[in-house]
Amino acid sequence: MVEPATRSTLAVIRHAPYGSSLARAAIDVSLANAAFDQPVELLFMGDGVLQLLPAQDAAALGRKNLARLLASLPLYGIEQVYVDAESAARYRVDLAQSPVAAVPLEATALRALLREHDQLLGF
Amino acid sequence: MIYSLLVMSPPASGSSAATAARFAQALIEAGHSIRRVFFLDEGVTCASSLAVFPQDESSGLQAWVDLAERHGVDLVLCVSSALRYGMLDNTEAERHERPCASIHPRFTISGLGQLVDATATSDRLVTFGG
Repeated sequence: MVEPATRSTLAVIRHAPYGSSLARAAIDVSLANAAFDQPVELLFMGDGVLQLLPAQDAAALGRKNLARLLASLPLYGIEQVYVDAESAARYRVDLAQSPVAAVPLEATALRALLREHDQLLGF
Repeated sequence: MIYSLLVMSPPASGSSAATAARFAQALIEAGHSIRRVFFLDEGVTCASSLAVFPQDESSGLQAWVDLAERHGVDLVLCVSSALRYGMLDNTEAERHERPCASIHPRFTISGLGQLVDATATSDRLVTFGG
């Protein structure tokens, strides 16, 4: 059904993990791309960097632990994960503790990343 | 140019869903084609045939139905989002033993593969909501 990979996709994740279901939607869409052999990369910026906090516990919310889902992404071939260094610093997110390895990017590199992808999906 | 739309915002809050429908209309008027409109997360509630809005407000449903009927636009709901929000067609209502379908028949329920396909085969994919 899906054509061979011709376009590169970047999921731009800008929302906090548990305030809405967008974070989960981003993971589901990324996994679906991987399942159909369509390359997808992730960029966390703004409030979205809060999804990279370690030791998340969503049990009291009756929701799935998103950090655990993020940690599983490399198993599905999703290995290019980036984070806006400025947002991470603003929220004091320690990237060494991130559930998934994320490469911090400064503003110039961030612009280049956004430019080099054919499709941007905003979450 | 071939466009696809990803709609994640509900008609009951904000203006993003209505903007998506107007954008789709404008694309067609400008001579572009729309490969698919994919509804995800809260956006699936755009398909509701049971929602009742006050008389001076619009649910936006008719705008989507017009796009499908007049221009053959493919309107697809993500199945896992649709079930979560109670957006069911006859098949799903039967399967999950619910009393009736709740979506307009111009919409279809399918998997995220339809979004992946739209992303891979469109020149532009525009996200509304999120």
